[in-house]
Parts: sequence; C-alpha cells; structure tokens
Amino acid sequence: MRALSHLDALEAESIHILREAVAESERPVLLYSIGKDSSVLLHLARKAFHPARLPFPLLHVDTTWKFREMISFRDHTVEELGLTLLVHQNPECVAQNINPFTHGSAVHTDMWKTQGLKQALDKYGFNLAFCGARRDEERSRAKERIFSVRSPQHQWDPRRQRPELWKLYNARTAPDESIRVFPLSNWTELDVWIYIYREQIPIVPLYFAAPRPVVRRSGTLIVVDDDRMPLEPDTKPELLRVRFRTLGCYPLTGAIESTADSVPEIIAEMLVTTTSERQGRLIDADSSGSMERKKLEGYF
Amino acid sequence: MADAACTISHRVDEYLRGLRNLDLLRFIACGSVDDGKSTLIGRLLYESHLIFEDELATLKVDSARLGTQGGAPDLALLVDGLAAEREQGITIDVAYRFFATDHRKFIVADTPGHEQYVRNMVTGASTADLAIILVDARKGVLTQTRRHSYVVAMLGIRHVVLAVNKLDMVGYSAEVFDRIVRDYRTFAEAIGLAKITCVPTSARYGDNIVTPSTNTPWYQGPPLLRVLETVEVDTTAAARRPFRMPVQMVNRPGSEFRGLCGPVVGGTIRCGDQVCVLPSGHVSRIARVVGCDGDMPGAVAGQSVTVVLADDMDVGRGDVLCAVAAPAIVADQFDATLIWMGEERLLPGRPYRIKIGTRVVDATVTELRHRIDVDKMIRVPATYLELNQIGLCALQADRTIVFDPYLDNRDTGGFIIVDRITNNTVGAGLVRTALAPSRNLHWQALDIDKSARARLNGQRPCVVWLTGLSGAGKSVIANLLEKRLHALGRHTYLLDGDNVRHGLNRDLGFTEAERVENIRRVAEVAALMVDAGLIVLAAFISPFRADRDIARRTVAAGEFCEVFVDTSLAAAEQRDPKGLYRKARRGELLNFTGIDSPYERPTDPDVHIDTSKQSPEEAVDAIVSWLRVHSLLD
Repeated sequence: MRALSHLDALEAESIHILREAVAESERPVLLYSIGKDSSVLLHLARKAFHPARLPFPLLHVDTTWKFREMISFRDHTVEELGLTLLVHQNPECVAQNINPFTHGSAVHTDMWKTQGLKQALDKYGFNLAFCGARRDEERSRAKERIFSVRSPQHQWDPRRQRPELWKLYNARTAPDESIRVFPLSNWTELDVWIYIYREQIPIVPLYFAAPRPVVRRSGTLIVVDDDRMPLEPDTKPELLRVRFRTLGCYPLTGAIESTADSVPEIIAEMLVTTTSERQGRLIDADSSGSMERKKLEGYF
Repeated sequence: MADAACTISHRVDEYLRGLRNLDLLRFIACGSVDDGKSTLIGRLLYESHLIFEDELATLKVDSARLGTQGGAPDLALLVDGLAAEREQGITIDVAYRFFATDHRKFIVADTPGHEQYVRNMVTGASTADLAIILVDARKGVLTQTRRHSYVVAMLGIRHVVLAVNKLDMVGYSAEVFDRIVRDYRTFAEAIGLAKITCVPTSARYGDNIVTPSTNTPWYQGPPLLRVLETVEVDTTAAARRPFRMPVQMVNRPGSEFRGLCGPVVGGTIRCGDQVCVLPSGHVSRIARVVGCDGDMPGAVAGQSVTVVLADDMDVGRGDVLCAVAAPAIVADQFDATLIWMGEERLLPGRPYRIKIGTRVVDATVTELRHRIDVDKMIRVPATYLELNQIGLCALQADRTIVFDPYLDNRDTGGFIIVDRITNNTVGAGLVRTALAPSRNLHWQALDIDKSARARLNGQRPCVVWLTGLSGAGKSVIANLLEKRLHALGRHTYLLDGDNVRHGLNRDLGFTEAERVENIRRVAEVAALMVDAGLIVLAAFISPFRADRDIARRTVAAGEFCEVFVDTSLAAAEQRDPKGLYRKARRGELLNFTGIDSPYERPTDPDVHIDTSKQSPEEAVDAIVSWLRVHSLLD
C-alpha cells in the first residue's frame, strides 16, 4: 500500500484528536465561527463520528456584527446537516450596544468575543471546547498544545502547559477547569484550502471575489455590510472586486482585491501571496504580541 | 474567463497531484541556550519564502527594539513567539513551525535548550523522525548537547544532523569543525546513534543552510536543507509492523451498527482478516472498514478508521486490536524507562495514573532500579526521580496493559504518567519488557472474613484518619474520641504517629520518601485492623495528599473518614507542645512540616475541625455525628 500523503496524515491526526477528546470529556462543544477553518473542522468531525450524529453541539458566539452572509450560511449549514446549534450573544453588550465604532476594536472584541465566550461556556457547563485555530496563524499559537488547559477563569498559562507526547493527550482537569482542543493545530492555511478543494467542502461565499461596496479605513478595505457603518458625509463606498482570506466582524475584517472566484483560483493566488492571512484582522495590529495577551485573557 | 478558470483549475489539479507525492518530515531542533536554534529555524522559513511581508515588517520593528543583530533583521524573533521570551531572548516553550519545499513538507518542533525545560524537548522528540542538534562552534559539545542527544537516542529517533553553528565566529575553521565532529561521533556511537550527518553552518549569515557556502570550501557535503529534503524517511516502516489498533471509542448510533474507532498505529488490515482483541484474547474477523463515502477495502498505519467485527463481542475503549499472528504483550508488571517531568519527585510506592494507547490504569513504581546520569553516562542508585531525571523502573499496574516494546512501536510502547491530584502530565515512559511475576503470591482465601468478625463485635469497622500540622491537637482529639467510643462499647485501636515511629517504623526518617513509606505501612496496619473488625483511629501529620489517598484506598469504600485538624502554623508553633518548632526554626530538625517541608491541605475532608473555633470535645462531637450519619455508629 502507498504511504499516506501529507493531507491524509493531517486528516487522520485531526480525527484521532476529535475522538480522543470526546471519549475523555463529559460535555464537549464545537466552537463554530462560520469561517473556512470551522467548515473544515465540522467536516472532519462528521467524518470522525460517521455514521453517528455529532456527539456535541455547535456553539456560535455571535457579536451581531458578523457579515449577513455568514449568518445565513450558518443557518443553512445547521439545517442541511441536522446539527444542534447554540447561539450566544453577550447580554451586556446587547444592552450597552457595544460596537467597534464607538468603543474601538479592543473593547468590542473583549466584550463580545472573550467575555461572551466565557459566559456561554459557563452557562452550558461545557468542559471541553473544540476550536479551529492553527499554529501557523500567529507566533503565540505556535506554542500552544493541542489539548490546552484553561483555568476556572478560562485563562491560558503558557508556563504551565502539559507536555504532549506521541498521540497521548491528557484531558483530565479539576472540576472547574476546562480544556480547549485544537484539532487543526498542524494544518497550514494552504493545507486548509487544498483540503476544502479535495473534499468539496462548502464555505461562506465571502471567500470568493465579487463586486462589493468598500471603504478604505487605515489602509484596509472594509466592506459596508449594512447601514450601521458610519460614513463621512462625502464618503461613498466604491464598488471593488474583493474577497476575504479570513472572516470576523465586518467592520474589523479587511478585504483584499482579487479576481479569484473559485477554490482553485484562491489556491493559485495563495501560492504567490506576499502577506499573511491575519493581516486582514485589525485586532491583531493593536500591538505586537497582542494575540498572546488576548489568549491569556481567555480569547482563542 | 471560463478558459482562464479552466487553466487555473487544471494547474491546481496538477499541483494537488504533486502534493500527493510529497511526504512529511517531522523534525526537532535542539541545542543549548544561544546556539542559534531560533535563528536557524527563522532562516529556514525565510529562505523557503514562508515569511510574509507584514511579518517581515513587524520583524524589522521588533529587531530595532529587541534585536541582537545591531538593527539588522533578527530572524530568531520570527519564532520566539511569546512576549516573555522575546524580552528575555530565550525560547521557553516548544513551538511548532511549518514549511515546505518542492520535495517535502516539514513540521519543525523548536525545542528549548534551557535545563529546566528538557521536558519540552522530549515532547518535541516524541513525534520526530529526525533531530538537528546544534552546537556553538566556539563552545563545542556541552553537557546539554549530550543530554539532548541521549534523549533523541532513547526516543528512537534514527537520524541526527549535527549542525556546527556560528562558524563565522571561529573564522570558518575546518579544524574546529573536525574536532567537534570527532568529539560528537565518539559520544554518539556510545549511545547508539548510528545515522549522523554533520554540517558546518552559520544560521545568521546563511552559510550551508540552503546553498553551499563559499566560506567553507573544505566542506564537500550538502547544505542543511538538502539533507532534510533527502534524508530517507521510512514512511512505510510503520505499515510493515504487525497490525495494531487501540480502540478509542465505540460508535453505536443504533442497535444495528457497532463500529470500533481508532488509529491504525501499526501494519495494515483488510476486510476478512482475523484479529485478536487484547487483553481479552478473543478472536474475530474484520467485517467492514467504514468510511464516510462508503466502505473501504482496508486500512494502513497512519489512518484513523472505524471497523466492524464479524462477531458481536464486548470490546471497548482501552482494548487493542492486534494481528493474530503477532499479538502485543499483555502484562500488569513491566520494566520501563521513565523521564520525569513533574515539579514534585517521583516516589516509588506512590500511585499514578498512566495512559498507554487509549488505556488508562493506575500504576506504582515498585522498584527504581537506577537513575541514569546522562552527563556522566553512568547508572546511579536512586530512591526518587526529580524533574528532568531519567530512570529505569519496574512498575505494577492495577490492571493489565497491552503493549509492544517502545523500540518496536512508539505508539504502543510509549505512555504518559498523570498525577492523580493535579491531573498534570508528570512523566513519560518507554516500555521495555514485561516482568514475569517474580514471586507467586496468592491471596489465601479465608472462611472467617471481615464481616463475620464485625458481626461478632457488633460494630462496623472503619478508619478515622486525623491529619494536620504537628501540634494541631490530633493526638488529644484522637484520645478523647477513643474514650468516647470505648464508653459506647466499641472495640477500637489508636495508632499514633509518635508511637508507631518507636516500633514498626523506627527505621524510617523524615525525608519525603521515608514519609511516604511511613504512611504506607500505617495504612496497611490500619487496613489489617479494620479486617479484624476494629474501629481504627490514626493520628498522623500525613502531609501529602497522595499518601492520604493511599490510606483511603487501602480500605473499602465507606470505611474511611478523613478528619482535617486545621490549625494555623502560627497557632501550632505557639502551642509547640514538644518544642519541635523551636528546634526546627533553629535548624536542628530538618524536613519539618510547615517549616521546610510542605503540608498539603485536604481539599475535601470528611470532617473539618477548626481548632481556633472548636474545642477538642466539640471536635469529637463532630466526628461521632459524622460516623452516625454514615451508619458507622448506631
């Protein structure tokens, strides 16, 4: 028999991780952010437990500022695959109308995402959460374990990480601690795209180039997704052919000009790309090392 | 447009086909602090064009602020991920990096050289096919180099690349390179490393990293990246081994389907093949290999699969499916090499949880045969293992494990050791051999048993275990309690810490290991007395949670009452009935609990006595009422 390809090896590793986590956890959940990595993670989870249904629900920590197409894709996916979806919106943020324009990206992200996620995990009592983060995304993620223990306050302590050897994962915790599990740890952005192509995995259409109304904010192209976006009186969005390499809250997610409207074209574009995918994320640019700080506070 | 898309699609297809032929090399880079590991990995990423423009821009800003290269881009900053390490200039944790060339994909574990972080190196090495060992050309082979090489050999990594780095600092001297290579080979051969390639490099200036350097005309070998691309990785080796599949879980969506899920960690399997299920030894056949898009004809090592057996039998998580012709070993006593990674020492006799494959059992080290002094390459006698120490041990598990010797199969021969209280991974083990039981000990079945004796006594036997600091009042409370029980017509016996040390345990001192043994013996004696039908009162400082747990588990469930006699250190020290605290403070008593030896407070005692609020009489009331509530007293 031929040796496994790199992609087959990654797939097998992820399935092993998903099964191991479910076997050792009482209340697992899959954090579903609707992006391409979540799509791949969901696909792998379905493979891991086929022909049974997913032995855990999906949790979407919503900020009310996601692209509308993301929400409709989410709902469509859940319905088509017969999944259980939980949606959590931080009620404090709803009450105070927290938004990136008035409160800035740091407060917005902390309140909606970091605090919102902690609330949701506590509310449902999940003690293990799958997440589609990859080690190649950012420097501090490269150092995180696949099974990562969080304190009762959901914090990550890089100095107290457990050694992780062979295929042996340790999911045991004290009753109030929890575990984050990253089955895509060893995947790269390119691996994700090639796998999407090979497996024909559906993704949000925002990843494909299309004419969209765009304004320029601090050198980044922001798509005006709805009328909540405050515009200078004489600013008019221009219609540009753009797509996204990564998806988040629409006012905080930069688009790139592109003509790639199919997965092969995206892969072709990637092979000559010169910027990293997180460049489109305004929240990382707050300061160097800012992702690490967010992780310490409990964000992914 | 359609044509263009077609062309692109065709090109991507071609690219994907190319990818199918790419294999994967996992390697680790290890060396001492300042050998230039991070710079080397940064250089490999940089040279294989995996550094994006925005990352390079951040790097330039960071280099000006933190760099050690006089404002030039400091490539080490690309991989020194955590803010803390960037500021200290050291790599404190293992980081994984990814890059690819046209020949191969690579996953790199950047492992720290810092002495106290060797456990991270073992983590990185456990999944690696190859190790790069960095040596600073100015310093040569160091203790750290030997330690890392030893771990690499022990973990069964077959290929080693010795990168003699910072060669620019010694004027690209061939003599220096040759001398270091000679030193290293002498050592490496002694520890069984066979395939060693030596490359003279300067990661900082890129000499012999991707292209041959003009600075080393005396070196005829390939540059480092070329070595990584061409070193033979035997990806089919795992497939040639006997079939092994640890069962992770049973997939049972309804009564008509029962699939066994797990990774194939050895060999191949085809539908119709016979397999045996260990440890039970039952034999069946593979009826189906289930895939998402229909059944598959078989599976190979490296895949995660779901199989259905032809016979309906009891198989679950922790079992291992094996080739009938070459089954794994089943044993509950075995020899293993342990690498200790816990902050607290490994102590023989203390129970730990071990995970091997998907099987989790409790096990204790019954004998620490010797420790290995990696620096001197000698075996030394030892009574414990400390963080980063390696030893050869005999272990006894409470149930059987299914394994292969580690050097035959990493995935069925490697295990982790988990602390039962903190849940941390505190060690790694490599199984060597099963131990034939050296003594044929059997339990003598007796006709008169515990319940018969208890009936005659008219009471339910149990252990009341009082723990607390010296001078907390344990003995006082235990004495009062015994008088109370005696008055109630109960048969009791009081085991007191000081008294036991005059007789049964007079050979024991107060080191951590001796304290563990002290409590183990007391627990055994208490259990015998419970078996004899007595209510046993035990008053012992018993500072370690793990040891109190042993005492609890020595008797049956429901027969143990942990009483925490809680006094502040200040109050106990003020009371000081035996003058021991004063001695300890003067340094005349070593390993004194509370002074220079820790006391681990019970997290969930059955009875919690606060001596600042409760008198000894009230404490006895509380204990008696607990015994009544739990039906140990009428």
